[in-house]
Amino acid sequence: MYEFKYHRPGTVRQAANLLAKNEDAKVIAGGHTLVPVMKQRLASPPHLVDLSHIEGLNEIEMKGRALVIGATATHFEVANSPTVGEAIPALAELAGMIGDPAVRHRGTIGGSLANNDPTADYPAAVMALGATIVTNKRRLKPEEYFQGLFSTALEPDEIITKVLFPLPKKAAYVKFRNQASRYALVGVFVAKRPSDVRVAVTGAGSNGVFRLESFEEALKKRFSHKVLDGLTVAAEGLNSDIHGSAEYRAHLIAVLARRAVEAATAKE
Amino acid sequence: MAKISMIVNGNPVTANVDPRMLLVQFLRENLRLTGTHVGCDTSQCGACVVHLDGRAVKSCTTLAVMADGHEVKTIEGLAADGAPLHPMQEAFREHHGLQCGFCTPGMIMTAVDIVHRKGNDLTDEVIREELEGNLCRCTGYQNIVASIAAGAKAMAKSDLA
Repeated sequence: MYEFKYHRPGTVRQAANLLAKNEDAKVIAGGHTLVPVMKQRLASPPHLVDLSHIEGLNEIEMKGRALVIGATATHFEVANSPTVGEAIPALAELAGMIGDPAVRHRGTIGGSLANNDPTADYPAAVMALGATIVTNKRRLKPEEYFQGLFSTALEPDEIITKVLFPLPKKAAYVKFRNQASRYALVGVFVAKRPSDVRVAVTGAGSNGVFRLESFEEALKKRFSHKVLDGLTVAAEGLNSDIHGSAEYRAHLIAVLARRAVEAATAKE
Repeated sequence: MAKISMIVNGNPVTANVDPRMLLVQFLRENLRLTGTHVGCDTSQCGACVVHLDGRAVKSCTTLAVMADGHEVKTIEGLAADGAPLHPMQEAFREHHGLQCGFCTPGMIMTAVDIVHRKGNDLTDEVIREELEGNLCRCTGYQNIVASIAAGAKAMAKSDLA
């Protein structure tokens, strides 16, 4: 790991100022993505701004009709929060499937979203639930926020402060894990929302998380796995690597989408 | 350099460290607590698991500066020197839950964390699921799982947390 200067702001405003003042500074919270890539020297930020001492940034609460999760809430906190479990159980389950217990004790929702790893789980939930990403500057819809592999709409001095999840009527997340890394080879999040249905896929797209519109249209007419019979996914634009071909991932998406709808409808 | 202070195994420690120093390096090299191991160094194997404020974390993926102001417990802190072993350590000894022993400190710290979160009656299924982040390359896990189940039960009757 290369040398860096470490900063520990007490407020989001101070953190944003530090980012603005120090070129190529990076934000750290749980450090479970950033520290490994710094150890590999794939990243060498000259400044680290630690958000973990900002009070209240990990709060989880209901505000009106939305579940609000603070950016530094750990996967463990989201998975075990009674508020999340009651409002969007599928989201609690998703958080409980990330990495392993020790990783979940440190990794945060804000970190996962800011990194936008194409195999991460949270992007699928944010996309399918139509969550709003709140930063120190603005509010972003998933379609504007996610901008491809490891890239987001975040500006250099912009910090995610919380994520607003509108409550779905039904939702479920099913993932097929890579046997070694436990990252999603494919993950599908299905959400029946008051106005529409969304199906979001992670792990498979060569451009990161994406929505499956043909499946959404079918499910909008009737929210049952039966309407997905015969629907297939094109392999074009999907990842192909040593873990699975694009065709295999295309097949998995259709299977997992079906299972996710089954799981969502089973939770009456 | 950054000045850090934390409680390690009940003792306050203060040091000046390079911000890039990992918690595991700080424990091993500065404090000479070499029971915590570095296995894969990529957050997968769990040989470096310690408790940070009572929760299992991978100390190879945690900066020492981020533990500043917090409480750390390592394998050395489970039972006092010369005193009887912690029930989880004793269970690993009794049930032959180790072969080369390299993964054992991390296994035991993870096991104690599982008991704190899931209670004293653990099914094999729960134990195997919870051991997701700990790798053993010798024993094949069977005796590790048996040790944890027995250790969990024994912890119910022990004063050691």
